[in-house]
Amino acid sequence: MGKVIVVTSGKGGVGKTTSSAALGAALAQGGEKVVVIDFDVGLRNLDLVMGAERRVVYDIVNVIQGEAKLTQALIRDKRVETLYLLPASQTRDKDNLTAEGVAAVIGALKQSFDWVICDSPAGIERGATLAMRHADIAIVVTNPEVSSVRDSDRIIGLLDSKTLRAENGERVEKHLLLTRYDPARAERGDMLKVDDVLEILSIPLLGIIPESMDVLRASNIGSPVTLADDRSAPAIAYFEAVRRLKGESLPVAIPGEKRGFFGKFFGRKAA
Amino acid sequence: MNLLRLFSRSPSAPAARERLQVLLAHERAAVGDSDLVTKLRDEILRAISKHMQVDDEKVTVRMERGAQVSTLAVDIEIPFDAGKKAA
Repeated sequence: MGKVIVVTSGKGGVGKTTSSAALGAALAQGGEKVVVIDFDVGLRNLDLVMGAERRVVYDIVNVIQGEAKLTQALIRDKRVETLYLLPASQTRDKDNLTAEGVAAVIGALKQSFDWVICDSPAGIERGATLAMRHADIAIVVTNPEVSSVRDSDRIIGLLDSKTLRAENGERVEKHLLLTRYDPARAERGDMLKVDDVLEILSIPLLGIIPESMDVLRASNIGSPVTLADDRSAPAIAYFEAVRRLKGESLPVAIPGEKRGFFGKFFGRKAA
Repeated sequence: MNLLRLFSRSPSAPAARERLQVLLAHERAAVGDSDLVTKLRDEILRAISKHMQVDDEKVTVRMERGAQVSTLAVDIEIPFDAGKKAA
């Protein structure tokens, strides 16, 4: 029986879709069977970030409305054969995403996949609550920035009250993924530091993804960053996050704390 | 190593531009669910189900939307006795 992960944040633009694609690909690159579901009905983008936008035939709404079988709607990645995508509908109303339909889809996918990753839309409306509903594990994507941290706090509250696990008196395993982290700004004191965010949200840290051109580049070419360049800093951070997700205890390195030769000479001058 | 990687790369923005142009051309042409490829897909499946019992599990539909040409491949397994049932 596979595990269900929701990648969520409340705020938009923090990196949910990028992270869903990268974590899904990283797990699949390690041989796990993974499906990533786009819950952003009307504004889908996971297909674009994963480079499958020209191959979408059916979507999750077609499956829920009985117009297509689940197996027909799944798109297999062309690079990693254990990675699949279930796209959101671009044209239908989000009310077509019913609670019963989503339950049936996730129930079926859990049977044949090791990991079911739900890419949540921004906000706290229907799409977001349905994406988190069946989660065993929640990855809260947060930028070191006040509005993102506030929205993440709100989402953590929902994870503790509105999920099936919460309603059954169980806990959803929650992890913080800090994205778009800029070590130079944090060093200058212009950005919330890792410890600040951890202290405020008080959930365990899954990883820190540095702000990087590699992420933009990967989305330009339609490839999860772990596939586009597996030796880039963000890719390495996602690979490590996946190892922690699988239970390995691996210390999180804070970007910029390990100073190179030039850093030692020039790093502190701005302060 | 980082510098070497930077220099060996081709810029990615042209790829982004081309992908978006193709995608948006298709999405703008589509009103509701009714773009041509989707319409064809539905009508082909309807036409076939008139003549035989189509087992959904035995139907594979693949699309590839291109800038100049799109392809639609409908792969249907037709059992030996399908015609007799419909007749």
